[in-house]
Amino acid sequence: MNDAEGAAALSAEALGKRYKRGWALQDCTFVLPRGRVSALVGPNGAGKSTLMSLATGLLSPTAGTIRVLGDTPGRGGTHPRLAFLAQDKPLYPGFSVAEMLRAGQALNERWDHVYARSLVHTAGVPTGARISTLSGGQRTRVALAMALGRRPEIVVLDEPLADLDPLAREEVMQALMQEVAETGMTVLLSSHVLADLDGICDHLLLLADGRVRLGGDVEDLIASHRVMIGPRSRGEQPFASEAVIESRVTERQTTAVVRRGGAVPPEGWEAHEPTLEELTMAYLRSSREQSARATTPAGPESAEVAA
Amino acid sequence: MIEFRIDRRSGVATYLQIVQQVKHALRLGLLEQGDRLPTAKEVVAATAINPNTVLRAYQELGREGLVESRPGLGTFVSRSLATPATAEDAPLRTGLEKWVTAARSAGLAREDVEALVKDAIDRGFSSERRSDIN
Repeated sequence: MNDAEGAAALSAEALGKRYKRGWALQDCTFVLPRGRVSALVGPNGAGKSTLMSLATGLLSPTAGTIRVLGDTPGRGGTHPRLAFLAQDKPLYPGFSVAEMLRAGQALNERWDHVYARSLVHTAGVPTGARISTLSGGQRTRVALAMALGRRPEIVVLDEPLADLDPLAREEVMQALMQEVAETGMTVLLSSHVLADLDGICDHLLLLADGRVRLGGDVEDLIASHRVMIGPRSRGEQPFASEAVIESRVTERQTTAVVRRGGAVPPEGWEAHEPTLEELTMAYLRSSREQSARATTPAGPESAEVAA
Repeated sequence: MIEFRIDRRSGVATYLQIVQQVKHALRLGLLEQGDRLPTAKEVVAATAINPNTVLRAYQELGREGLVESRPGLGTFVSRSLATPATAEDAPLRTGLEKWVTAARSAGLAREDVEALVKDAIDRGFSSERRSDIN
């Protein structure tokens, strides 16, 4: 491993992946620091799964580079210190939980059987039960044990909370965060439910149309943006247009998410810190508008938003 | 030991909620010098938040000289924020409690009382900027 990149769990430079139908990822450059819990967010088709497949070595890049703990993935399968939990949580339905864990032992060079068993035990999943009889939450806990049994330094989870009820979501995140506290491992997880990520993630990577729209430390990102609420203005806005991420106008007022240039809010405007959800929503909506503008001629409504 | 209540919907950063709750407990004397704060793992077990956030909050409290980390042992309170004026039987506190009782028997709801108190604080401290809120 290269010392200069020792600090990064995952890094990409000008990373791109093209399928027959076009570019799924383009010109992505980012660094995920070690020991952090990073959220990968973006609309469907943004390139999240492609990025995860590149990190696990299931796909190889068309352009640029990706590095896992300083190494280029893909030579000889998934990086031994990275574990991947796919969205469909692949487990053998006919196996018992104990058989599944033994399969994990047989299939992985690095495998901590005592640890994997203890994770399943803590989850209260009976080891004699068939996988096919488990609830969604239990299946996720077994799949998580299968991933963590590899004792990874990075765990990559694709929509781990999809199709779980609120109680199971909470329990899965709690189990995952406890292991982060215990082992200091790096986590990259994708999710559609932004509210689930508040308080969980300290690093963010936001993709839209195959590009990185926003990335960095969550606290820094929040500190460098402000939600400004002020009177409804026609056309004229008191903020530099390049600082405005998104601006919405209602009957009475304008709400704008702006990059903070150290400026105090103008007369009649009120500023507050965005929540992680507000910030990501603003970027997601603005990139959707951008791609809509790129394909359709601008109407009067979008002209107002742009002004 | 102190237990943190994390409100993900409050709009207040999670680490700041922990900082504020520790300070609150220090002011009220619920936490005293030498008390151990819960470990990141203990907090996570109760709240399902990122353990880095807990460490971030403890770092902040450490920077303010309120807690110190003893490697292998945990994080301990090094200084209390309780003063004789905020003790349970202090005249200011008992006076305020009497006022709240009076406000309640006058028919004021919790929100009314909170609004009045906040307004009084804002007026009384108008020249000071709050340091813990941006």
